[in-house]
Amino acid sequence: MANVKRSPWLLHYDASSCNGCDIEVLASLTPVYDAERFGVVNTADPMQADILLVTGGVNAQSAEVVKQLYDQMARPKVVVAVGVCACTGGVFKDCYNINGGVDTVIPVDVYVPGCAARPESIIDGIVKAVAIFQERSDKHDKYVKEHGESARDTSDPDAAARDGNPADFFNALGKKPQEHTDHKEEK
Amino acid sequence: MWWSIPFLIIFPMCIGALLYCIHVQKVRKGIAYVATPAIMAATIDLVVTYFNHGGQPVDLYVNVPAASHFITAGEIALMIFVTWKCIRAKKYWISLLSIVPTIMIVNMEFKLGEMEAAHIRVDHLSLLMCLIVAFVGGLITIYAMGYMDGYHQHHTEVPERRHFFFMVVYVFIGAMFGFVLSSDLVWIDFFWETTSVCSFLLIGYTQSEEAVTNSFRALWMNLLGGTALAFGIVYFETAAKASTLQALVQNSQDGVRAAAICVMLMAFAALTKAAQLPFSTWLIGAMVAPTPSSALLHSATMVKAGIYILFRLAPAMSGTMTGYFIAGIGGFTFFMTSVIAIGQVDAKKVLAYSTISNLGLMVACAGIGRPETIWAGVFLMMFHAISKSLMFQDVGATENCLHSRHLEDMHGLLYRLPKLAVFMFIGIAGMYLAPFGMLISKWSALRASVDSKNVLVILFIVFGSATTSFYWSKWLGKIISRTMHNEPVKDITKKNEMVSLSIHAVAMVALCALFPVVSNIYVHPLLAETFGTYTDVLSSGIMNMLVILILVVFLVPLVAYLSSRQLHTNMKLSYMNGANCGNDNTFTDSFGDPKKLHMANDYFTERIGRHALMVPCQLAVTAAIVVMFCIVLGGVA
Amino acid sequence: MRILMPILFLLLAPLAGGLLDGMDRKISARMQRRVGPPILQPFYDVQKLFAKQRIVVTNSQTFLMITYMVLIIFTGCMFYSGVDMLMCFFMLSTAGIFLYFSAVVTDSPYSYIGGQRELFQEMCCEPAVLLTALGFYILEGSFQTSDLIKADRSAILALPGFFVAFLFILTIKMRKSPFDESTSHHPHQELVKGVTTELGGSNLALFQITEWYENVLMLSVVALFILNKNPWSILCAVLVVLATYFLEILIDNTSARMKSQKMLQLSWAVTIAAAGVNLVILILVR
Repeated sequence: MANVKRSPWLLHYDASSCNGCDIEVLASLTPVYDAERFGVVNTADPMQADILLVTGGVNAQSAEVVKQLYDQMARPKVVVAVGVCACTGGVFKDCYNINGGVDTVIPVDVYVPGCAARPESIIDGIVKAVAIFQERSDKHDKYVKEHGESARDTSDPDAAARDGNPADFFNALGKKPQEHTDHKEEK
Repeated sequence: MWWSIPFLIIFPMCIGALLYCIHVQKVRKGIAYVATPAIMAATIDLVVTYFNHGGQPVDLYVNVPAASHFITAGEIALMIFVTWKCIRAKKYWISLLSIVPTIMIVNMEFKLGEMEAAHIRVDHLSLLMCLIVAFVGGLITIYAMGYMDGYHQHHTEVPERRHFFFMVVYVFIGAMFGFVLSSDLVWIDFFWETTSVCSFLLIGYTQSEEAVTNSFRALWMNLLGGTALAFGIVYFETAAKASTLQALVQNSQDGVRAAAICVMLMAFAALTKAAQLPFSTWLIGAMVAPTPSSALLHSATMVKAGIYILFRLAPAMSGTMTGYFIAGIGGFTFFMTSVIAIGQVDAKKVLAYSTISNLGLMVACAGIGRPETIWAGVFLMMFHAISKSLMFQDVGATENCLHSRHLEDMHGLLYRLPKLAVFMFIGIAGMYLAPFGMLISKWSALRASVDSKNVLVILFIVFGSATTSFYWSKWLGKIISRTMHNEPVKDITKKNEMVSLSIHAVAMVALCALFPVVSNIYVHPLLAETFGTYTDVLSSGIMNMLVILILVVFLVPLVAYLSSRQLHTNMKLSYMNGANCGNDNTFTDSFGDPKKLHMANDYFTERIGRHALMVPCQLAVTAAIVVMFCIVLGGVA
Repeated sequence: MRILMPILFLLLAPLAGGLLDGMDRKISARMQRRVGPPILQPFYDVQKLFAKQRIVVTNSQTFLMITYMVLIIFTGCMFYSGVDMLMCFFMLSTAGIFLYFSAVVTDSPYSYIGGQRELFQEMCCEPAVLLTALGFYILEGSFQTSDLIKADRSAILALPGFFVAFLFILTIKMRKSPFDESTSHHPHQELVKGVTTELGGSNLALFQITEWYENVLMLSVVALFILNKNPWSILCAVLVVLATYFLEILIDNTSARMKSQKMLQLSWAVTIAAAGVNLVILILVR
């Protein structure tokens, strides 16, 4: 089983944040908190990232972007919602333009509360995400062991289930992922 | 048994005359399809005869007054023709460049009479040139038969003068054979002037204002070279009472001053013909001509005449002031024109500049004049002839399909016109990628320039090789870029064009693969002839390494390609900050609307384009040439 | 020796390269008063990348990337087997073109721009690299690396200008700031990850490993300036290589990205001023 927990690479996306949480995310990488000691790299590229860190609630513009970034990441992958807006929509929850938390468009694994979320809790969230990342990677490896090396790179439906299937996630939550466009305009 | 020599010179000219009278395209094609293979066959016969004869240089036609008179008459006819053309175009002064040298040559002929010396000499170098002219040139004529049909369909504004076009092409081929096989200096001068005039006529083919201006520019520059050549010949023959090129080189090596001055004047003439700075502009202007003539005259064969004569003179130039200056000018041209080539967006212009640039490297090799550099130069010449001929034809065919030769329009050509793109890839790779010809030639040229302590040439080659890879790689990248702009393009390349392209491509790859063999069985004897004594340029170690490199560079991508097809990969949308519209070709703009993505290369046109660099370079080199004249004529060296 | 050394290079270069990379990250972190990742971090990263899916934008990326890697490794093995140095450098630039191909073949904006700049960087480096080989040739009369290490005196004594020029372009070759034009090691820059933007999973791992090989190869050239027939010179060479690497880290951490045209002017100016002048003197003296 590959040991992946030592090398979690982040992709940080600001969905509609007030920049409060973004500053804190960056703060967690600066000398005072230094998340890089866990091997964390803040990469700007979804193709290379393992953990998607989203700040701010999802609105009409950012919903598609969040989905696309999530899709461009290679499996196994983990999503962390940072700050109360990303978790639930926060104080903007009932705004006309806000869909709600990140989990209205993609499955979220770790919720980091706070307004703004403190660097300590962000790092805590990342550490939790890393554990999930390792767990998924192990499942993935096991699957590869059973099905041969070529299974690593296939995108069969089983793989989706192992890595966190969006459909399962939304079923468990008891809601459907919102379609941002028509839904809001009907109101 | 040497029947093929007069045949090669006279037969194409007769065919040219015949084609001038025929106005039916089908008959014309028929004649060309018979004549071209006949020329190729005669060349092969010449090669076979030569090697049956022991593969040693052969001097022929020692006493042929009739032929010499004929040549003299030809010179006068050529002078009358040029003068008539110049007067009609009201460019009177250009005619002086033809009248003065011709009168001098004829006057000298009368004074000295016919000398007892070989007029024709066959050796490895002239045979190599014959092979290039016959095969590369022959294939281009076949290609031209198809190309000119398409050309006149697209360019309806151009008056239909195909009979004239093909006449000039065949006359040129005859003249080129004459040039490389001649040993007599007057004969060389005659054929030299003939090729200049052919080039002039072909550049002016379309009769547009631009074409006429450019053709006269080419004419005066080439005639200026011709004048220098004539001066040199007259001076040398009067002083030394000898009439052959071999005698010239021998005399010069013996330290005869007249010979040294003649060598310098001939080298100057070679600079004009090989379109070195400051005379490069005529070759750029020549690109207005239809593509086959660009391929034939202005890249594959005629400009090589300058290089050929420099290779002949190399032993005489080695270590002299002339050699030093010629090498410097060649190196400078190699570097500067490759910089200008980066700034070009027109495929044909890139080819033109890269031609000048590569010729510059060959000139530098000749100027250094050591066996290693001539070895490198000969290989450069072979690779360049095939590759450039291939490239010009390919760009011409691509232009007929795309109606553009802008480099940016070739984006993703590999997926739109796969065949033409593959040929283009081979042509470009042949020009600069390891393990093709350029690499080892550069290796050898660099080592030799270090050995000859020519610092300027070292620096020019080193920097020029960086810029050369830059513009070629940029072009290659453009071809292979994946594209979603799938407007269907119909490949309307004609069969005869395809045949010529395929043969070139195969020849290119074959030359690359067999190149150690060619070096051993052909180029080494060639060097032995030129330099007398001669030791191996490349140790067997480096040869073995080359073979390994060739294998590696061919095999690794192939194996990688085959094995990567077994791998399972996940296709993703390309990264556009999450705003990819779902087809890699459009993104969501700030208004929320889909916007088309357009990727283009940077050409730095303002900074290093032709307008910024050409004139300063021309001035610098002109100054260098003036200094060279002063030093050599003043007798310092 | 001719067989052993390439094999050692093949096996040990990624180890050395990875360790140097790990040290780089650790030292950079310390320079910024951070704790930094463990020394072995680069190996953890590569291990993880291999465990992930292989993702591409277009399938030909993979084969071009593999070709790039194999050619770089092959060049390194050539270099260590003691053959012609100039040939190795030509081969190196050919290999670099495959990286450019793998970037532009995707036709994706960031990768394409990165590719263009990669090519530009090649153009900046090539003169100095070729001149280095020529400098050795003038000095020892041979391009063979096997002959060069048997020299009587260290080459750097006669070739200080070449050494300076080579050090300068080393920063470009290692894609370090201020010349990290084609791919940035740090986030939030205008070209995302440049040439590597569209590489994910094991393809990125291949790129990482290739970079280790390439760095070791380039540092070996630095070592060649020091080595002579005295065995103690090996120790000296190792120290110089480490010092060079530290210098690169220092430059990386203290400078901001430069415009690419400025990079061209600067690198060519240094090449001429240092290597060119040294060349003239060397030729005059010999």
